[in-house]
Amino acid sequence: MAVDQELLSELGSVLGPGLLSAPAACVAYECDALTAHRHPPDLVALPTSVEQVQQIVRACHRHAVPVVARGSGTGLSGGALPVPGGLLLVLSRLNGILEIDPRRGIARVQPGVTNLAVSEAAAPYGLYYAPDPSSQVACSVGGNVAENSGGVHCLKYGLTVHNVLAVKLVTMTGELLTLGSETGEAPGLNLLAAVIGSEGLLGIVVEVTVRLLPVPRRVELLLAAFDDVGRCAEAVGQVIAAGIVPAGLEMMDAPAIKAAEAFAHCGYPLDAQALLLCEVDGLPADVDDELGRARAVLEAAGATSVRMAGDAEERRRMWSGRKSAFPAVGRLAPDYFCMDGTIPRRHLADVLAQIAALSKTYRLDVANVFHAGDGNLHPLILFDAGKDGELERAERFGADILEACVAAGGTVTGEHGVGVEKLGPMCSQFSSAELETFHALKLAFDPDGLLNPGKAVPTLARCADYGALRVHGGQLPHSHLPRF
Amino acid sequence: MALIETPAGQDITEALVERVRAATSSKTPLRITGGDTKCFYGRPVAGDTLALAGHHGVLRYDPAELVLTARGGTLLADIEALLARHGQQLPFEPPSFGPLATLGGTVAAGLAGPARIVRGPVRDYVLGARLLTGDGRVLKFGGEVMKNVAGYDVSRLLAGSLGILGVLLEVSLKVLPVARGTRTITRRIDAQDAIGLLGAAVQRGIPITGSFWSADILHVRLEGSPSGLDEVTSSVEGVLMDAQAAAAFWHSVREQTHPYFASSRPLWRLSLPATTAGAALSRTDRAAFEWNGAQAWLSGVDRQTIDLITRTAGGHATLFRRGDADDGTTGDVFAPLPAPMRDLHRAVKRVFDPDGILNPGRMYADF
Repeated sequence: MAVDQELLSELGSVLGPGLLSAPAACVAYECDALTAHRHPPDLVALPTSVEQVQQIVRACHRHAVPVVARGSGTGLSGGALPVPGGLLLVLSRLNGILEIDPRRGIARVQPGVTNLAVSEAAAPYGLYYAPDPSSQVACSVGGNVAENSGGVHCLKYGLTVHNVLAVKLVTMTGELLTLGSETGEAPGLNLLAAVIGSEGLLGIVVEVTVRLLPVPRRVELLLAAFDDVGRCAEAVGQVIAAGIVPAGLEMMDAPAIKAAEAFAHCGYPLDAQALLLCEVDGLPADVDDELGRARAVLEAAGATSVRMAGDAEERRRMWSGRKSAFPAVGRLAPDYFCMDGTIPRRHLADVLAQIAALSKTYRLDVANVFHAGDGNLHPLILFDAGKDGELERAERFGADILEACVAAGGTVTGEHGVGVEKLGPMCSQFSSAELETFHALKLAFDPDGLLNPGKAVPTLARCADYGALRVHGGQLPHSHLPRF
Repeated sequence: MALIETPAGQDITEALVERVRAATSSKTPLRITGGDTKCFYGRPVAGDTLALAGHHGVLRYDPAELVLTARGGTLLADIEALLARHGQQLPFEPPSFGPLATLGGTVAAGLAGPARIVRGPVRDYVLGARLLTGDGRVLKFGGEVMKNVAGYDVSRLLAGSLGILGVLLEVSLKVLPVARGTRTITRRIDAQDAIGLLGAAVQRGIPITGSFWSADILHVRLEGSPSGLDEVTSSVEGVLMDAQAAAAFWHSVREQTHPYFASSRPLWRLSLPATTAGAALSRTDRAAFEWNGAQAWLSGVDRQTIDLITRTAGGHATLFRRGDADDGTTGDVFAPLPAPMRDLHRAVKRVFDPDGILNPGRMYADF
């Protein structure tokens, strides 16, 4: 698509070398971590100041050019996929840590700062930033806000929304708004809650104030092995019902255990059908107390063995298997899909059984890793896109898993976002009226619909098409809509 | 562990939808009420009463899930009693301000008690909601799971929305276990030193779950396992309070029955940064604070003084109770919004309540 020369010269005068339009330079930004979807951007802007961001969006607004914001491009759902005729606004050069204040317990950072860099900058004060998505070495705080990123410690420490106090947001008309405040209380509506997780559709985040927490004085990790997946799933609920809120509670099934052990040599029991990693942190005496109770619950729940990491090195090794589960499983097949549903925990055993049955139906292997404490499932569907029909079977398998999550009272995405990937499954989870309300809310922030258009919320027409493909019990969802 | 069976309660969704639709067509403003315990908060609303008290009942509660779903008119007291029977609690310790307080009113008011300083605001615990909009649609947002990023997080947006976006038909909340043990320590100290001491203690990982300072007396609440408390209590200077007296004390702070709140003068609530709060509060002898200084109270002080404090200290102020200055006029009680934020608020209000019939003017005069 031809780029408007007038816009090009306006942006050029704002950005100088921070504007890319040569296809050879732009192609590096054609996708995020959902690499199945690619579209080389026509224009890439790399601003170095908030003022430049405001000037860019004003120019794009005047020329009715869509804007897609991007941080480090580690997103898993295509949220930062460029849109045809649009500008890709790459915020990675806005990467200053503006302030760390141990007395107020806050950090104020620009959106391009990586998640881990915040904790590193806070470490000299004995503080850290709690959300730890698996990509934390690379992913940006701005991207975390866009996706409401989680991690392995959400049950106790929450998601991004629980740890962000305020953001500065540039609207599509170039206004600079402050949402929230460093005390966490601000007059008016809680618009910050709507912006966190809005996948770049409401505004451009140009500054983030986060809450810092004291680094726990003691951390311990238990590894419990089970000879039955259902029993392991039930143990999760029993730990929580006992009044224990572990910092992390992670579960893996046999295929995931075997893959992780082969990859990371982390000392996992290869004869187990499932394992639980249960991390407890806090004051030393509180940790002792919780460890004792957690061990008793796990043993009573039928664990075949419960082992505690002897030191920090063993703890690191035990975590390394879980943390490398995706690449480890990735070695088992040429391709895999990572799903991201969440369900009420009481349905864990049942949904696992459904996934096992689907695996047989579609003749594709699946390995399961879960943030079990949160009920957040990451089934990894193994396939070979080079083999006839496997990609399509894998996609249908994935969609069926998400349908099962919705049917169990859960959600089609726990932490990876909708992006372009889950537009179809969104139609199962929400009614037409709810989707229309989402679209209206976007227009309240962005009346011309220029920010990251086509992502996160499906059009009703798309849902009609999706419904045509997926009929349940003879009932089409959104059946009152006209067909195109 | 399984779902806890509870009495069915009463579902009046249909009647509520009809009332709202009728009000929309006749352009009649509605004043939404639960137990009418927090009607002092915000600006007065002129409108027909839409009562939610008849729409009640806990729908789902499974202690192992840490999630409870109930209708908007369910009594807060009933929910808290049910949770307590299973060793759990609403983490943000909401004030009820009366026995008839409801879940819907609690979430709509967005007020939290002493534990907010460590556990966060009401918003942090809202997982999902069923909403009746101003044009009579029933919409469901969020859900009953901890992690959910499908669609905009509308249910959290409703926390503190004072009913201006819709009627809360159902709310799902994350709940937490009650701490295994608690201790309260008191000491004499001035405001500035108290805030400094609390900040340093938090940074050292001392598990402070409540703090209240007034008349140079600081109360600090610690929570943890009994052995954990033994470990940290000695590092907090002061006198250990009797457990029963301490429980009564924190209840009085949460419900504002503490003598500090007895005055009939206007009561201001200030939200101040920790670094400036101490100096700001030392300027007056009418102050109290909670949340390690992040929430301060000023009683019987005029608006000019409040403006001066927030200008110097940063932060913002709310006229929490108009008290004997309440002459029925409709002055602002919340800090004014900058023009672009006001426009955005109006636009968001129109999404949910296009005719402006739900609690008009409760938050700000013009929407």
